[in-house]
Amino acid sequence: MLKNRSLIDPNDFTREEFREIFDLGHQIIADPAKYSKSCEGKILATLFYEPSTRTRLSFETAMLRLGGQVIGFSEAASSSTAKGESIADTLRTVECYADIAAMRHPKEGAPRLASHYIHMPLINAGDGGHQHPTQTLTDILTIERLRGNVENKTYGFCGDLKFGRTVHSLVKFLSNYEGVKFIFISPEELRVPEYIREEVVRKKGIPFQEVDQMEPYMNQLDFLYMTRVQRERFFNEEDYIRLKDRFILDKEKMSYARPDTYILHPLPRVNEISTEVDDDPRAQYFQQAKNGMYVRMALILKLLGIY
Amino acid sequence: MLEITSIEKGIVIDHITAGYGIQVFNYLNLDKADYNVALICNAYSQKMGKKDIIKINNVIDINYDFLGLIDPNATVNIIEEGKTIKKVKLEVPDRVENIIRCKNPRCVTSVEHYFPHVFHLVDKDKRSYRCEYCDDIVVPYPVK
Repeated sequence: MLKNRSLIDPNDFTREEFREIFDLGHQIIADPAKYSKSCEGKILATLFYEPSTRTRLSFETAMLRLGGQVIGFSEAASSSTAKGESIADTLRTVECYADIAAMRHPKEGAPRLASHYIHMPLINAGDGGHQHPTQTLTDILTIERLRGNVENKTYGFCGDLKFGRTVHSLVKFLSNYEGVKFIFISPEELRVPEYIREEVVRKKGIPFQEVDQMEPYMNQLDFLYMTRVQRERFFNEEDYIRLKDRFILDKEKMSYARPDTYILHPLPRVNEISTEVDDDPRAQYFQQAKNGMYVRMALILKLLGIY
Repeated sequence: MLEITSIEKGIVIDHITAGYGIQVFNYLNLDKADYNVALICNAYSQKMGKKDIIKINNVIDINYDFLGLIDPNATVNIIEEGKTIKKVKLEVPDRVENIIRCKNPRCVTSVEHYFPHVFHLVDKDKRSYRCEYCDDIVVPYPVK
């Protein structure tokens, strides 16, 4: 039962529970009109302490397309946080008004902390460089629509793997499935954190490589997951400037990839994927964004116990 | 030879890994004790080579989770009328609360301060722990 549960980390739900969400997501894509009044009378609070375009609009659109309503804030400065209110107090107050909440925060673990103080379902919409489980739902729904299932595939992750929360969540999720292999492509300074490499990947015996070049590995991949080097995660601007243009996917690098290698990206993109790649049918990142709305509709319905 | 006399009623924490005695001493606030306390560092041990020992001439509450975290091989002897009446076996705790703090500057614990700091055991042999909030891994007291 997913009713009244919170999604903070990809390991919070079982494979079977995620299956329920994805199945519902596919059904919504097939017939969105059927669900247009499912959340009438329900309110989603979007609590965004950090800027966001896609995730916040995706959550809000998802709720509106389900017939529900939305309240919230889009930056900490416009909430009582600016007056010094704690996360716990803000969430306890919001719980008085809303049925479900999605929360983004720059500090790692903030949604986990908040979930200890409330009873309504809470969704982690990204916490610092830590986790972003609903982006993972988006990624998995996209992978399933392109290739049927997630098993027995090689996934390349490229860019900022240290602070890339979408990578952490997706690796955690995929690690529960048979036959997956990972190739981590990044500068040494931006490799996956120890807790992901040692406690998730190595502990589960998943074959993986950590490399600092793209071209030699492109033809091994079923999916290449590109990420942006995020300026906001660096304490030191010099490090950001030194590392930001290290990996840029362009037409020339795409020529090394197989015809069935798909390119995913959680967006926003800066310059790590050249715009000349956008017209390549293997570039699926904008479709991925659309799938994000559908899978968030499914998640809201499940956590509210409506489906 | 340094001589520390035996105690009548109290606690002896023995076989502490050499070097960690002072941390146990500080955690138990023994520097503020108004009863007899002895911290013995680098005592000879046939088994360990050298070890630290703490003798407390009083009955006090001991947080066994903390002792297990710092050194699961230490032994705690409860003394009455000069004799050991109980030996406590320590274990590496699965979960510790408010004993270690997260050092990750990006962790929510660095800005919000009203809730317990919780860590979960990751690897018993390495004695590594994971922050409940940010998942950062720490080894607060490395095996020596």
